[in-house]
Amino acid sequence: MAIAENINKSNGGDDVMRTADGTPLKLSLQRAQRRQKQRTFFLVVPLLVFILFSFVFPILNMLTRSVEDPQVVSYMPNTLKALEDWDGESLPGEPVFEAMAQDFKIGRENKTIGRVGKRLNYEESGMRGLFNKTGRRIDKIETGPWKQAFLDIDKKWANVKTFTIIQRHDSAYSASYYIAALDLKQNEQNEIVRQDEERRIYVSLFLRTFGVSFLIAVLTLLLGFPIAYLMANLPLRYSNLLMILVLLPFWTSLLVRTTSWIVLLQSQGVINDVLVAMGLIDDENRVQMIFNMTGTIVAMTHILLPFMVLPLYSVMRTIPPSYMRAARSLGANQFVAFVRIYLPQTVPGISAGAILVFILAIGYYITPALVGGETGQLISNIIAYHMQRSLNWGLAGALGSILLLSVLVLFGLYSRFLGLRGLKFG
Amino acid sequence: MSALPSYVGPLERAWYYGFRILCGLIFIFLIAPILIIVPLSFNAQPYFTFTPEMLALNPEAFSMRWYLDVLANGMADPNAPFSAAWLADSWNNGQWIHSMKNSFLIAVSATVIATTLGTLAALGLSRPEMPYGDWIMGLLISPMIVPLIISAAGMYFFYSYIGLASTYLGIILGHAALGTPFVIITVTATLAGFDHSLTRAAANLGAKPSTTFFRIIMPLTLPGVISGALFAFITSFDEVVLVIFLSSFEQRTIPRQMWSGIREQISPTILAVATILVIMSILLLTAVELLRRRSERLRGISPS
Repeated sequence: MAIAENINKSNGGDDVMRTADGTPLKLSLQRAQRRQKQRTFFLVVPLLVFILFSFVFPILNMLTRSVEDPQVVSYMPNTLKALEDWDGESLPGEPVFEAMAQDFKIGRENKTIGRVGKRLNYEESGMRGLFNKTGRRIDKIETGPWKQAFLDIDKKWANVKTFTIIQRHDSAYSASYYIAALDLKQNEQNEIVRQDEERRIYVSLFLRTFGVSFLIAVLTLLLGFPIAYLMANLPLRYSNLLMILVLLPFWTSLLVRTTSWIVLLQSQGVINDVLVAMGLIDDENRVQMIFNMTGTIVAMTHILLPFMVLPLYSVMRTIPPSYMRAARSLGANQFVAFVRIYLPQTVPGISAGAILVFILAIGYYITPALVGGETGQLISNIIAYHMQRSLNWGLAGALGSILLLSVLVLFGLYSRFLGLRGLKFG
Repeated sequence: MSALPSYVGPLERAWYYGFRILCGLIFIFLIAPILIIVPLSFNAQPYFTFTPEMLALNPEAFSMRWYLDVLANGMADPNAPFSAAWLADSWNNGQWIHSMKNSFLIAVSATVIATTLGTLAALGLSRPEMPYGDWIMGLLISPMIVPLIISAAGMYFFYSYIGLASTYLGIILGHAALGTPFVIITVTATLAGFDHSLTRAAANLGAKPSTTFFRIIMPLTLPGVISGALFAFITSFDEVVLVIFLSSFEQRTIPRQMWSGIREQISPTILAVATILVIMSILLLTAVELLRRRSERLRGISPS
């Protein structure tokens, strides 16, 4: 009786279900679920913070470099201001040169004018030399007329194009690295046109990287499909033994595997020796199989093959053999049954493996650098070159973000169609 | 597939054997390049191919000299007589020994960080009530997918800026980030097969949540956690791109040392190191395989 009274009291007249302390049941459940959600989320927070700090933020930071263009704005402010009234066609007048002399003197003192020269050298070769030379000489001149002084130092200052290039960098952010990364350039009229024929490198390198990665995905599929099929149809006892042959390369150091391909394929290496011993080739005409594109493709196919076999195998294991038998007993021959019944069921495995191999291949750096020679380099290698050698970090950032974008699009496709929760190793 | 019935025609018989031969060749392609370096590392000559004497199995064609070189390279006095002092010299000055110490230090520290954070996150991610689960999962797995050169370039700028470049800490943090996806994937895979009625049964029998965790959840998920840790370990141990960008001479690891060895003066010492690494990967692979079997046995999945 007491309980019924209690319920009546806490109901307050309406017919909402309530807990013992009088809050509506719905609200209480929501609260409990929210607490549960928060508790779950807190488990992920430490790693999330760690990954954001040590991984995501550094990459975003590098990508912003590809649009930053601060040199001219920060170190030649007077020149840019004086160029505001310039018509862009005839050589600028004395005020511009006077402002420039001021910028050069300050830049020379702070040792910053060389950075402007280095930056503008990416747009037009010879600018670095021009800026260094002018900086040195203009320092000794005390009074104008400045226009004549500049023209006496170098006749490139009589060239309108020089000022077009300076004026183009009037913003601290620009797309110019992306323009360069896509083999484009800006001409004197500030129109975007294609780079000169002999200076187009990046687009063809991107296309080559995609082409090679596609070829490697196809090769790993051709090699991986038969062995995955064999293993999936053997009793587990035997297939586990064969699996070791797939997993051992997977667990072996990348550099070990690359080294062994150098040992096997080089012109004084094992395969050439065998071919010579068999009399198939002359000792003089040993086949050049490494330090070119062939070496890159062979070594990368070998290295990435386990990434194809593992998803294929795990999908094939789940296909009931009775389907094939049913197809055979309904009159299909072995070939038709395979193509119409078995193959369609392996498609999730094929796409998982192919996308995985393709994603890993387009970002490969170590193997092409070691066995690729001059012709077997991929896009990662040119990014490393701009990072370490030419120190053109903006261009490295622009090339990197194009590469990253293509990888993320593929990764998005992968998780959309195949789901991340099914990802497994070993 | 396993047995050929007696009624099949010659064509099918040829296909059956042809297919097995093809598979055999592919398996040879997979495994031969790794095994070939083992005998070559015992070559008495500084060549990368089998000498006629080696093929004749002449014992003089084989030697341990490249293994000795692994110890001796960089020593103050490599020609001293073999003694405790020689070993001490090698331990303190040997270049490969130094890289080996670095590799283990970095890999173990990175593994501890990656496994701790990764396991916690995997516990959260495998619950259905996790908000934005798929997006967070994608973000946390991305270190495995993003090309290494991009990660390395990003970390190079950022870690230089905050003073972590050319320090052990910088490399350890980078490697830990690269290892976490493997921990998350293996642990969530283990938890996906986890029977939640076990925890309810434990609670029903009067166990506190902490007791349930230590007595029920942990023993069942531990194999997954350990194999995730082994993955994280090998990822760090094998990683070279980040090390190229982030390390100075002091922090050289084995792969970094091999990288410059292959680029500058390739010598059979590299093959000796490679053989040691192959043996190590065989040990790791065995460990993972045993763990997997144990985990299956614990959960009552028996291999047929």
